[in-house]
Amino acid sequence: MSALGSAWHWLISAQQWHGANGIPARLAEHAIYTGISLAIAVAVALPAGLLLGHSRRGGFVAVSAANLGRALPTLGLLVLAFTVSSASPAAWLVPLVVLGIPPVLVNAYEGVLGAGEDLRDAAVGMGMTGRQVLLRVEMPVALPLIIAGIRTAAIQVVATATIAAYIGLGGLGRYIIDGLATKDYAMVAGGAILVVAFALVIQIVFTVTGRLAVPAGLRHRAAGS
Amino acid sequence: MNDEGQGLVDWAWVTGNLGLIAYYAWQNLYLALVPVLIGLAVSVPLGIACARWGWLYPPVLGVTSVLYALPALALFALMIAWAGLTEAIVIVPLTLYSLALLIPGVVDGLRAVPEPVRQSATAMGFGPVRRLVQVELPLAIPVVIAGLRVATVSSISLVSVGQLMGVGGLGYFFTDGEQRDFPTEVYVGIGLIVILAFAADALLVLLRWSLTPWLRAREAAA
Repeated sequence: MSALGSAWHWLISAQQWHGANGIPARLAEHAIYTGISLAIAVAVALPAGLLLGHSRRGGFVAVSAANLGRALPTLGLLVLAFTVSSASPAAWLVPLVVLGIPPVLVNAYEGVLGAGEDLRDAAVGMGMTGRQVLLRVEMPVALPLIIAGIRTAAIQVVATATIAAYIGLGGLGRYIIDGLATKDYAMVAGGAILVVAFALVIQIVFTVTGRLAVPAGLRHRAAGS
Repeated sequence: MNDEGQGLVDWAWVTGNLGLIAYYAWQNLYLALVPVLIGLAVSVPLGIACARWGWLYPPVLGVTSVLYALPALALFALMIAWAGLTEAIVIVPLTLYSLALLIPGVVDGLRAVPEPVRQSATAMGFGPVRRLVQVELPLAIPVVIAGLRVATVSSISLVSVGQLMGVGGLGYFFTDGEQRDFPTEVYVGIGLIVILAFAADALLVLLRWSLTPWLRAREAAA
């Protein structure tokens, strides 16, 4: 494929690897946007999902949030945040956080719910308080699902951060948006390859973390399913 | 900014552009639903094969779920190298995404068919093909439709990203609204995408209801 060949040339040419528009700088930007948004989304959604699951309430809220999160168009939210805030440089943060919340919320909720009544009764029978049941029993059991939720959120945030280049954000999406604007398709494909590689690394990190996070006492359960 | 004493949405613009809105809504639906239908047509045979030959499932699941996690804009952009700036740059990646949601639905649905049901069908003289078509696949419908709902909703919303390459249904109102600094267009685009997604979702729930009379009978009995 000559198109991919020219993308490869674009990727390996030395000028792409220096300066503010260089690949290392854009990669760092992308990682920072993703990290900040994901951290805020988790800080909001994880406690909320755990509490909803523990109190057996608000299942409708959690599931609706997930449905709405899937239906909301990312490009639309980004443009909306940009126009409504009069092109504020922080406009990207709100859509990225908003789209990161639903998967974390739902998985935390489902994970705690899925820990089951037996474990919960046993923990209460051992004299644990509600807080102890949540933190020492339900949360560890729910951990694999919680991490899967954070992984889904990370994937969503990485994808949205790429699109946010359209409203002027840095990061790896810049190459795709700028390449499309100047009809430089080698740059478009080169940027796309970088985004794909970045998304793959994120997936691998979360898959490995997810495996390690299964509590020792539950390994057989995970292996059996 | 267009806010001389009017509300969030400039309704005069909306009523004056109904034709344009309908055109892009239709294009959005077309670009979103064609991939889901192709995905379903591929997933049913592939899912049956995966349910029958267990070794096939892990690699198929692995490849489709890795593809599912790749950002839409990057896949659309990569498609330009093969397809140019055509509708295929949106349709092909959305089809791949739908596979990741539909194949597990078919496989899990088939695997969940209780063994006694399977044996009863055999005892009634059903051959393997007839048993699959008349007993096992119908019983898998609820799980398949659950996957279909997620695939349809996310497909309808993802189409708009293709607007950055000029193929994006209602996404047109996002880029046009951005260039003209006119939020009404952005609200209309987001609103219609969410409405179309929820309407398609409701239709699928209705479809499941009409295709699974035995579940209704069971619910009525309980």
